[in-house]
Amino acid sequence: MEAVYLLFILLLSIFVGFELIQKVPATLHTPLMSGANAISGITLVGALALAGDDSLGKYAGMLGAFAVFLATINVVGGYLVTDRMLAMFKKKR
Amino acid sequence: MIETTSTSALVINLTYVLAAALFIFGLKFLGHPSTARKGNMLSAVGMLLAIVVTLFDKNIISFEWIAIAIIAGTIVGFFAARLVAMTAMPELVSLLNGIGGLASVFVAWSTLEAGTYLSGFVMLVTFLALLIGAVTFSGSLVAWAKLSERISGRAVTFKGQVTFNLLLVTTIVFCGYLFVASPEFSPSFSIVLYTLMGLALLFGIMLVLPIGGADMPVVISLLNSYSGLAACAAGFALQNNILIVAGSLVGASGIILTSIMCKAMNRSLSNVLFSGFMPVVESNMVIEGEVKPLSADDAYYVLEAAQSVVVIPGYGMAVAQAQHAMKELQVLLEENGAEVAYAIHPVAGRMPGHMNVLLAEADVSYEQLFEMEEINKRIENFDVALVIGANDVVNPAAREMKGSPIYGMPVINADLAKNVFVLKRGMASGFAGVDNPLFFKPNCRMIFGDAKETLGVMIRQFSD
Repeated sequence: MEAVYLLFILLLSIFVGFELIQKVPATLHTPLMSGANAISGITLVGALALAGDDSLGKYAGMLGAFAVFLATINVVGGYLVTDRMLAMFKKKR
Repeated sequence: MIETTSTSALVINLTYVLAAALFIFGLKFLGHPSTARKGNMLSAVGMLLAIVVTLFDKNIISFEWIAIAIIAGTIVGFFAARLVAMTAMPELVSLLNGIGGLASVFVAWSTLEAGTYLSGFVMLVTFLALLIGAVTFSGSLVAWAKLSERISGRAVTFKGQVTFNLLLVTTIVFCGYLFVASPEFSPSFSIVLYTLMGLALLFGIMLVLPIGGADMPVVISLLNSYSGLAACAAGFALQNNILIVAGSLVGASGIILTSIMCKAMNRSLSNVLFSGFMPVVESNMVIEGEVKPLSADDAYYVLEAAQSVVVIPGYGMAVAQAQHAMKELQVLLEENGAEVAYAIHPVAGRMPGHMNVLLAEADVSYEQLFEMEEINKRIENFDVALVIGANDVVNPAAREMKGSPIYGMPVINADLAKNVFVLKRGMASGFAGVDNPLFFKPNCRMIFGDAKETLGVMIRQFSD
């Protein structure tokens, strides 16, 4: 049942994603991509649970910690660079 | 793995719902340049909430490695975001795609090494996370190398490539079967695991190698989508709903961008991915007329008299770094009483929105950037169309020459403006290898040379 429930979530969020992204103008496509990149750093949340749980074994913990490192780059780098780009988009004074 | 029985687990999951809502609002605010920055901030707040609350999970007991990893990642991410030049944005985005993919690979790998019993369904999604993540990683590295010209930007093909790829896919599917069918973690299983990862990495390389430079917008969008889908698959493996929501939002975003890019080239995705293997189309069209060169000094007189100018930038503008010079010329033209508009083709440059970012960096107002359809409606009214380093996206053959390889592709109808100036280094054809009849039209003049220098000459003329 768990899998079915997760598939439901998947289906609904894909539809929401399509609706939202279609409204993003071409001007913002690059920040959209880097912003999406930052969001895909959400793997960090999954990685944390693997890196910090000692009962899973040392090896799993090390792999998890490396995943935390990588995902953090994505989150921090993604949001910061998106912000830097968006700050440049200005109206005419 | 996250439980859902205790109170702390309840709090964690409720916070995830809030984070998901913030991601969605963040993307919604990205719908307009004036609210986009706020949207990005909201999305970042959502991410921070999700991360912080996860640390309260009662299964997370040791924090040393987590702290080290987060600090190291923050430093790398911070400097990457701060130091990258705006012109190197396509490279950075593709690197970030790759890192996202690799993170999913390590999450999936760690899940396997944790040694708990994993059901067939979990093994299947773990396999998908490994596969998509590894393909995203190696594919993005190749894309990055192509964009930064560490390897040739042209399509790389070799004899027997198709057969090789088919063999590769078959082996991956077979390994996938072994992988899912043997949930117990045994020595022979780790051989399957490592083989699978190696093959997936190889597959990512093979996928991007045969794709040429001008098709990069499609590849980057597609890899962007994959990095989301890999996170999504990892979410299924960990049964973590926020990973699934966020991952599928990213996946959907990448898919939409991919389809916009393909439509703008009038090609199907499979055509973009596999056209490297197809024989080059020989066009035997004869274009009549002659190419008329013009000096930048002479072009100035026309620009000075112009009431309206439309600028059509392409990848050549990025290469010549001519966006700041263009902005300078724009100011002079406007002081001279002319209206200046920019027409941006969806696939101009090396990634979606590439030109917009460069022009934004040069302080051009986003209200002056127009999409292809808007400008085509009124292109006849412009006195001058200034084409800077663009070729295929202004090729009228797409409209009028049946049989041309790019026939049917939506283009900016620069040839319909009263005068067309094409700033170009030489007479080489564009990426598509198609001759451009625009250059032979009676209202078109070619201004040869480096775009930045040409614009510089015009600016000096205006100042005198």
